[in-house]
Amino acid sequence: MMGWKDIPPGMVILEPGSALKIKTGSWRAFRPRWIEENCIQCLLCWLYCPDNAVKVKDGKRQDFDFDYCKGCGLCALECPGKKGNKAIVMEEEVK
Amino acid sequence: MTKVVAVTGNEAVANAFRQVEPDVCAAYPITPQTELMQRFASFVSDGKVKTELVLVESEHSALSACVGAAAAGGRVATATASQGLALAWEILFIASGFRLPIVMPVVNRALSAPINIHCDHSDAMGARDSGWIQLWSENAQEAYDNTIQAFRIAEHMDIRLPVMICYDGFIISHSIERIEYLDDELVKKFVGEYKPLYPLLDVDKPKSYGPLILTDLYMEVRRSQAEVYKKVPKVVLEVAKEFKKISGRSYGLFEAYRLDDAEIGVVILNSAAGTTKDVIDEYRAQGVKVGLLKPRLFRPFPYEEVGEALKHLKAVCVLDRADGFGGSFGPLYLDIAASLCNFKEKPILINRIYGLGGRDYMPEHAQQVIEELQKIAKTGKVKILKEYIGVRE
Repeated sequence: MMGWKDIPPGMVILEPGSALKIKTGSWRAFRPRWIEENCIQCLLCWLYCPDNAVKVKDGKRQDFDFDYCKGCGLCALECPGKKGNKAIVMEEEVK
Repeated sequence: MTKVVAVTGNEAVANAFRQVEPDVCAAYPITPQTELMQRFASFVSDGKVKTELVLVESEHSALSACVGAAAAGGRVATATASQGLALAWEILFIASGFRLPIVMPVVNRALSAPINIHCDHSDAMGARDSGWIQLWSENAQEAYDNTIQAFRIAEHMDIRLPVMICYDGFIISHSIERIEYLDDELVKKFVGEYKPLYPLLDVDKPKSYGPLILTDLYMEVRRSQAEVYKKVPKVVLEVAKEFKKISGRSYGLFEAYRLDDAEIGVVILNSAAGTTKDVIDEYRAQGVKVGLLKPRLFRPFPYEEVGEALKHLKAVCVLDRADGFGGSFGPLYLDIAASLCNFKEKPILINRIYGLGGRDYMPEHAQQVIEELQKIAKTGKVKILKEYIGVRE
């Protein structure tokens, strides 16, 4: 851990993207499960995710990045699903 | 070349702002600071300066805008007083915690309730532990000189802290005095071109201000900030030395007036020090060995230097223009007591509260204090440790 002599003035963080080092997945109490057959690829989940934990490759939704997903459930709430069937459901995290 | 003028304290400080020409100035009017920002706003409107003047809806917003502008990488100034400073209180700690060199004159005025527009020091004293450097000023000349020096102190790369310049509301801010202005070019050269540290607008080097720091690191961050204050007195003296070269006027951490051979002494801030010095001269003419100490750098407080300057006295009265409610003493008294507490030989201290809400501090008040100090020095006995003076029973 950093000692006080290593603190930069004003605690300004000089390294861009350093938040990646803090994996917040362990905060999760509920875990989103992606149900691919109900997914219409609208990417609303990607848009709403506050932690950039919905991965997209070549315009297609991939699975969650569980290193950073805090389980807030915004994606599941916003998901329109297909014909009334949600493509994201929240399940209790199993320890 | 210096120019001798007859101006109010506010006009003098507005002129210092014009000469320094900050990049951004966000402010909200409050008596008795209003005239300062009104005059500076005229300089902006008349094209005398290129400063971006941000007229906001409150002092909380004013200081918030200053924090943003300073983090972006600009030289930033504002000014306030009393309730305005109280409203900006939350942001004071953010400015100092981010180590942003914002310069802010505080035109000392009493706090509500009861509402009052006149001078006392309760506003700035309330903010004394907010991490800002505080320079206190006896008169318009000192307010002007301290404002110019404040930019150099705040922006020093070893310091990078915000600075308040305190001067007495109405007594100094609205009274016309003879003062000497420095030449515009001389001031510009003295403050120099602004060098930002970690500017947000340097987009090639992205950075983040204001991270969440919890139990694992907060204490280290505070400890590292505490270290900076140890460097401030040295920088204040270096800047004062350079300022003397261009102005001929001397500044230190405090003013010691006829103190070296004194037996009794008065400690007092700002304009009332002038009145007290006149009375001291009268007593000196009668052979009474009395002196005065007027703090200039009040935060960080130069405990060692002040203790050394006062320890030889027999009795000292600390005059506070703000009370510390709750059975405690005035804020200045507490620091003077702390400066002296570890010396074996030290003066007897008393605390007197004066001048609240603009109540005049008259020569007879200084006389009353000096008479009492003479008795204490003679008998070694204190009747009342702390009391109000100039108050009706």
